[in-house]
Amino acid sequence: MLQGWVVVLVSFTYLGLLFAIAYFGDRRADQGRSIIANPYIYALSLAVYATAWTFYGSVGRAASDGIGFLPIYLGPTLVIILWWMILRKIVRISKTNRITSLADFIASRYGKSAALAGLVTVILVLGIVPYISLQLKAVSTSFTILLQYPEVAMPAQRAPETMLQDTAFYVALTLAAFTIAFGTRHLDASERHEGLVAAIAFESVVKLLAFLAVGLFVTFGMYHGFGDLFSRGFDEPAVAPLLSPLEGPAGGYASWVWLTILSMLAVMFLPRQFQVAVIENVDEKHLRTAVWLFPLYMLAINIFVLPIAVGGLMRFPDAAVDGDTFVLTLPMAEKQQALALFAFIGGLSAATGMVIVETIALSTMVCNDLVMPALLRMKRFRLAEHENLSHLLLSIRRYAIVIIILLGYGYFRLAGEAYALVSIGLISFAAVAQFAPAILGGIYWKGATRAGALSGLSAGFVVWAYTLLLPAFARSGWLPEPFLTEGPFGITLLKPLELFGLTGLDQITHAMIWSMLANVGIYVGVSLRGHQSVIEQTQASLFVDIFKQTSELASPWRGTASVGELQGLVARFLGPARAADAFRQYARDRGLKSAEDLNADPGLVRFAEIQLAGAIGASSARVVVSSVVQEEPLGIAEVMNILDEASQVIAYSRQLESKSRELEAATAELRAANERLKELDRMKNDFISTVSHELRTPLTSIRAFSEILHANPGLDREQRSRFLSIIIKESERLTRLIAQVLDLAKIESGQVEWHNSELGMQEVIEDALTATSQLFKEKAVRVATRIEPGVPRINADRDRLMQVMINLLSNAVKFSDKEQGLVQVTLRTLGDTLRVDVHDNGIGISPENHEVIFEKFRQVGDTMTDRPQGTGLGLPICRQIINHYGGALWVESRLGEGATFSFTLPLERASARVSKVAS
Amino acid sequence: MNKRILIADDEPNIVTLLEFLMQQSGYDIRSASNGEDALRAVSEYHPHLVLLDVMMPLRNGYEVCQTMRESPEFDDVKIIMLTAKGREAEMAKGLASGADAYVTKPFATKELVETVKRLLEP
Repeated sequence: MLQGWVVVLVSFTYLGLLFAIAYFGDRRADQGRSIIANPYIYALSLAVYATAWTFYGSVGRAASDGIGFLPIYLGPTLVIILWWMILRKIVRISKTNRITSLADFIASRYGKSAALAGLVTVILVLGIVPYISLQLKAVSTSFTILLQYPEVAMPAQRAPETMLQDTAFYVALTLAAFTIAFGTRHLDASERHEGLVAAIAFESVVKLLAFLAVGLFVTFGMYHGFGDLFSRGFDEPAVAPLLSPLEGPAGGYASWVWLTILSMLAVMFLPRQFQVAVIENVDEKHLRTAVWLFPLYMLAINIFVLPIAVGGLMRFPDAAVDGDTFVLTLPMAEKQQALALFAFIGGLSAATGMVIVETIALSTMVCNDLVMPALLRMKRFRLAEHENLSHLLLSIRRYAIVIIILLGYGYFRLAGEAYALVSIGLISFAAVAQFAPAILGGIYWKGATRAGALSGLSAGFVVWAYTLLLPAFARSGWLPEPFLTEGPFGITLLKPLELFGLTGLDQITHAMIWSMLANVGIYVGVSLRGHQSVIEQTQASLFVDIFKQTSELASPWRGTASVGELQGLVARFLGPARAADAFRQYARDRGLKSAEDLNADPGLVRFAEIQLAGAIGASSARVVVSSVVQEEPLGIAEVMNILDEASQVIAYSRQLESKSRELEAATAELRAANERLKELDRMKNDFISTVSHELRTPLTSIRAFSEILHANPGLDREQRSRFLSIIIKESERLTRLIAQVLDLAKIESGQVEWHNSELGMQEVIEDALTATSQLFKEKAVRVATRIEPGVPRINADRDRLMQVMINLLSNAVKFSDKEQGLVQVTLRTLGDTLRVDVHDNGIGISPENHEVIFEKFRQVGDTMTDRPQGTGLGLPICRQIINHYGGALWVESRLGEGATFSFTLPLERASARVSKVAS
Repeated sequence: MNKRILIADDEPNIVTLLEFLMQQSGYDIRSASNGEDALRAVSEYHPHLVLLDVMMPLRNGYEVCQTMRESPEFDDVKIIMLTAKGREAEMAKGLASGADAYVTKPFATKELVETVKRLLEP
């Protein structure tokens, strides 16, 4: 007979020992000599994953499903491979941003959204409560069974009528008291609990030893080793099927896959796992040890699951004893009093560790992400103005702890009896799995938006509640039974366990398929369609690019506050001493002597925010800090609101895009313009070079002959006059050239004055012929004119037209046949233009030169030895003049057939232009 | 025996001028009015020196100069480039093509004569 008080005394002694370890750990931490700065402690603390569910429940599952218990442990072992990639990233992000909890993490990633933090907290509380109830059930059941030692009897199926007679109620109160003692002794800026972690690591060792002890006893004490145990098991018809993996896993492969995935996610995202693996992590490098030690631990604690189950089934063949209790009942049945007590302590240890860590994590979230934001927003409390809020924070957390554990107890009373341990745990796992898209997406996909996370998470949560939580209520009689069997309001399509007609799956697989479909689909869909605000974008890149960041993080704060205000604010939540410490350290890190030398720049504001975030979570910290920073004339809230308008940001970026397109176009234009300028410059250089050449040539003759004449007074008369005539001719050429260059330059630059008057083209032609008659006579060239009568008079500059005619006539004379030169001049109207042709019967011009001759200084002679006289500017000038009046000047010719130079002048255009110029 | 000089220029007045100057200095002369003529005259007449205008029809002065320098036969024929293009780039181009001197128009008659003398009577 084991006295009740003995069990209670041993239990409290054990809890006291845990507390002592925690106290010692905290003391050492305060002295700066951390005992958890050790990778083995870290890895052992991760084993908080193994709860009473593992301790008792996996044997129970093995007793009914054989190796069906394995996925829950396969998952963590498999996912450990990804830890270095995923978990290290999460740890780095959390340390950099002083993340205090899972809700804080998700909210931070999506723009420090208070709504998201609240939603995550609500989901977690609702999702974890069944899990906590499971621990309470395990402890109270094992306690009740142990009290009947050495009798092995199952406790009554229904819980006692009143709470006061219910062991589970006292277990709940005890655990609540210890959790408060462990978790809320003081408020820490980083929300780390070194002592707690040390206690958890110790607890992990105890439960492992207890389980191994029972396992060894069953295998080697009751039987002669594994071989003996299993061969006997094969002989038992009730046991044999469990040992045959060929039968296929219970629940089918889909169930196995989903259970494995669920536990993969759970080992990372359960609040207590997040707490010990991320928040309490001291050094990223500890993960290296954890990735082999943790799977080893999982292996060790699972080795004896099957032997104990088989042993239990053989020892209690008539199924009178629940498989969930074999760990305890086998030693009891064998009259091993000490071992039975040790097994009970192991189970208690597993349950306690889970409840304490889980509840601390949850209470932090409830406080930081549900209660504080609400209080801060309620102006009535004027909370931000309170002198010291750390007591308030601690009180909120203590109440939260009590409420959460009592909720767990409530669930136990409500639904606890309807499910086995494993099934209750899986409901929680499925709830936690809903965070996977938001977390994993959040750290690898920058495009994920707050709206996407909120709606995806909500959808997943609703489906989870509908397909897992409500059926649990229904089975416990809290909802009408037809809700399950016929669907709500008789709609079969909405049956919670066969949603939209999806049948043939176990409950967890069914729920996971639908909830993940809704969660991931909506998360991705909404994210892709939506826009991010500025702060979302900032946080997204903070999270996703965490390994790329080396320097201070970009701060979204644009306002400033005074150093004193900020320090005062931090002091209100952390206490004056801690705040002063933090600010002094911050100043020292920046090479300043004291906090007084600090500048209240955005960096310091961000620092203060991070300090506060450590205590009250990112979204609350933001609200609090903005209450101080808001007082700046800049109006930080307004600025942020304006910037928050995603549409504006997008519009802005569109503007930038179009601006950059404009710039590109402008650049292209500039490049083209530059090319044109270069071309013009080259042409100008060519022109200058050619003009220079044309000027230097006559100048050479003039200078040299002058020198010769000067140096040789005794030259004979004939030679002297020859040289002098060269000088005169070359001077004339020079004069003509200069005049024409200037003329052309003036026409081209539009500086010429056009003295227009009414004139008849016929008169111009006659005058030009008169002016060139001497040339014709000299070369003995005949001239024939054919003037059409009645050609309209036009308005133009008479002298300019004369210039054109004389030029064409002199050219014609120059290039006419040497012997029988004939020049024909024709004038006629052609449509609304008048047309003049000047034809010569000379050598003609080959077609490739028809345009060349209109270029400056491009004379074309037939035989190059006989260079034509002239400046090479006559025809270009003529063309400019004709073009000015809107006409055209061109040549038609073939070699050996003479050439015809023709020009047209528009009759109306010419006069119209004149009238315009005149007005 | 007088040294032979070839005058190559397409401006008749310049040819007249150079002929007079060279004859006065006691050289035998021949003249050509384009690049082709000039090359032909070089191989027929074997001048000691060529006064070579750059801007000539058919083949310009650079080409004539280069062609001459490529043939070992005319390797030691002195070449004076005459050009109305006075820019330095042009001068460098002229010297690069193998000319011995480069004279820009308009030139001082005395200097041209001295350059010729210097090249022919070292």
